Parts: sequence; C-alpha cells; structure tokens
Amino acid sequence: MCTMITNTIKIEGSGKGLQGWFPLKAANVSYDHPFNAPFEHALNIDFVNEAQGPGARVAVELSVEAARELIRTIEAVLKVADEGGHIV
Amino acid sequence: MYQTDMYEGMMAETVSLQGANHDLINAYMARPLGPGPFPGMVIIHHMPGWDEWYKETARKFAHHGYVTLAPNLYFRAGHGTVEDVAAKVRAEGGVADEQVMGDLQGSLDYLCSLAYVSDKVGVFGTCSGGRQAFLASCRIKGFDAVVDCWGGRVVMAEADLSPKYPVSPLDYTKDLSCPLLGIFGNEDHGPTPEQVNQHEAELKKYGKNYEFHRYDDAGHGFFYHHRPNYRQAQAVDGWQKVFSFLETHLH
Repeated sequence: MCTMITNTIKIEGSGKGLQGWFPLKAANVSYDHPFNAPFEHALNIDFVNEAQGPGARVAVELSVEAARELIRTIEAVLKVADEGGHIV
Repeated sequence: MYQTDMYEGMMAETVSLQGANHDLINAYMARPLGPGPFPGMVIIHHMPGWDEWYKETARKFAHHGYVTLAPNLYFRAGHGTVEDVAAKVRAEGGVADEQVMGDLQGSLDYLCSLAYVSDKVGVFGTCSGGRQAFLASCRIKGFDAVVDCWGGRVVMAEADLSPKYPVSPLDYTKDLSCPLLGIFGNEDHGPTPEQVNQHEAELKKYGKNYEFHRYDDAGHGFFYHHRPNYRQAQAVDGWQKVFSFLETHLH
C-alpha cells in the first residue's frame, strides 16, 4: 500500500545529480513504495533542492536492515570523529 | 472479440483538460481509430506516478476498444522525470482527495465531450489509484463501472485522517453509484485481507453490486510486470476478470 509515511528535514551539503553537483537544502525521508529497489516498501531518502525543480534530487532506496545499518554506521563514524577532535 | 482479419489502429497522445479548480492539467489518451462510439475509461495512476506502466495500460485498454484517459494527477508538482515528480509528491504526503476528485470529474467531462465516446464510461485504478477510483465512483455521478485493484487505505483509521484525506472512503460506500470490481492479493499488507473483508461487509450492508476476486500467492501490485511482485497466472486471470466485467457493464 501507499503508506504516506514521510518526513522532511532541512540539511546543508552538496549532492551530485544528473546535471552535476548542486547545493542540498532538504532530505525527504519516507517509508513507502520505491521506484527501483526490489521491495514492496523501502526506506527512501531523496536529497533535494526544491528551488531547482524536481530533477534536483539524489535518491537512495534502502531495505530496512540497510537503513538501520546506515544509521549505526553514520553514528559510529561521527563518534570517532568527535572523539578524535575532528569536529569543531 | 478481435479477429485477425479486422482492421485495427490506435492513436495515443498527450492532451490537456480542465481539472480541479479549473486548473489545466495534462493527460495521456489512447483510443481506437474509427468513428465509434467506443466506451470510455478513466485510469488513475498509482503512487509511483504517471509512469510507463500506466501509459502501456492506457494502450491496453484502447486495444480492447476503450477510449482511455490517464490524467496526470501530479501535474501541479512541476515537471521533470516521472520519478522525480512522484518523489516530490511522495514527500508532500500525496495529493488531496478533493483535488483528485476534481481532476477525475474533469477527465469524465472530457471523455463525455468527445463525439466518438459512447454514453458509458468506467474508471480503473491501482494502488492509491484503486482507492481513488472507488472514491470517485461514490462521489462523482456518471461512471458506469469501477475497477479497484488493491486500493490501500479504503479502510482508514480515525488517526490516519488528515486535511488531505478527511474521510475514510469506506464511509462513502452507501453512495457507490455503479457496479464495482475488486482485485486483491491475499498476501497484500495494504489492503490486508481483513480490510477487504470490512469493505465487502459494507458493500453487502448497502446491497451494492460488486464482485471481489482475491488471489493466493499474490501481494500488492501483482499486475506490475516490471516489479518483483508480478504474478503471471494471477495477473492473466485478473486482466480477464477486468475486461469481462467491463464488457458486461460498458457495452
């Protein structure tokens, strides 16, 4: 089904789309039908810049386990960077 | 039924029509060539958008003798690849029922204005489009048959209602104005078999003309030949059910 489970956060960074790099303004996170991943539902993240139109999008569609592992890995990497004094 | 010595031809193209709030939206139309009159079909795309499967499906209906209109319900979200536009709409939580009903009313009106369309028009949808097809057959007068393929969220809990989706479609069942065909997979998580039971009980309660077909070893979207949940035997049988139903009610 279409779950309509979605959340948007503002972010800063750059994404590389079909037209090259562009500034990212938001991440749309949803658990709903993916376009390509072979699952009925996926954890989808679209990194976007709405001002540049629907095409300014970097997309990933992850299995639930992959999404959870990604969260753990991001947290672990940031923890090491923090502890090493790299985050100022 | 088609015979090999018959002439056949088809026209398929993008058209514009007036949707909700008098907005101009685009639509994909596929129709058999010839003077007609042919029955009409409005087909409602699923959450992944106004995609290639839906355009193939429009041509499939046209091959079977229907003037078929697939409105782009995501027109207002801007333009780009189908997936980019659909992703934008997904992030916005979908399109509001009220707007969709306006676009479907506009689609029905467009078909009815064509000299080669008969006085019979049906409506078909899958996934969110199945839900919207059912809703349209309850809220819009003028459809003569409705096909709901695995429409999720026909049965909605109070907590799931929102300004975009203010009323559970189930609550409109008493207003259903034409025969309904439902196609469902027994392994679907939305609608679950229990939700299909609830829907069926409501249809029985109001003495509505309906037929539901439920398939084992099939989940959500089992007609989609480009997705892993495609189920060949169930899809072939399901399509036969669709065209048999439309033959009965639109001719």
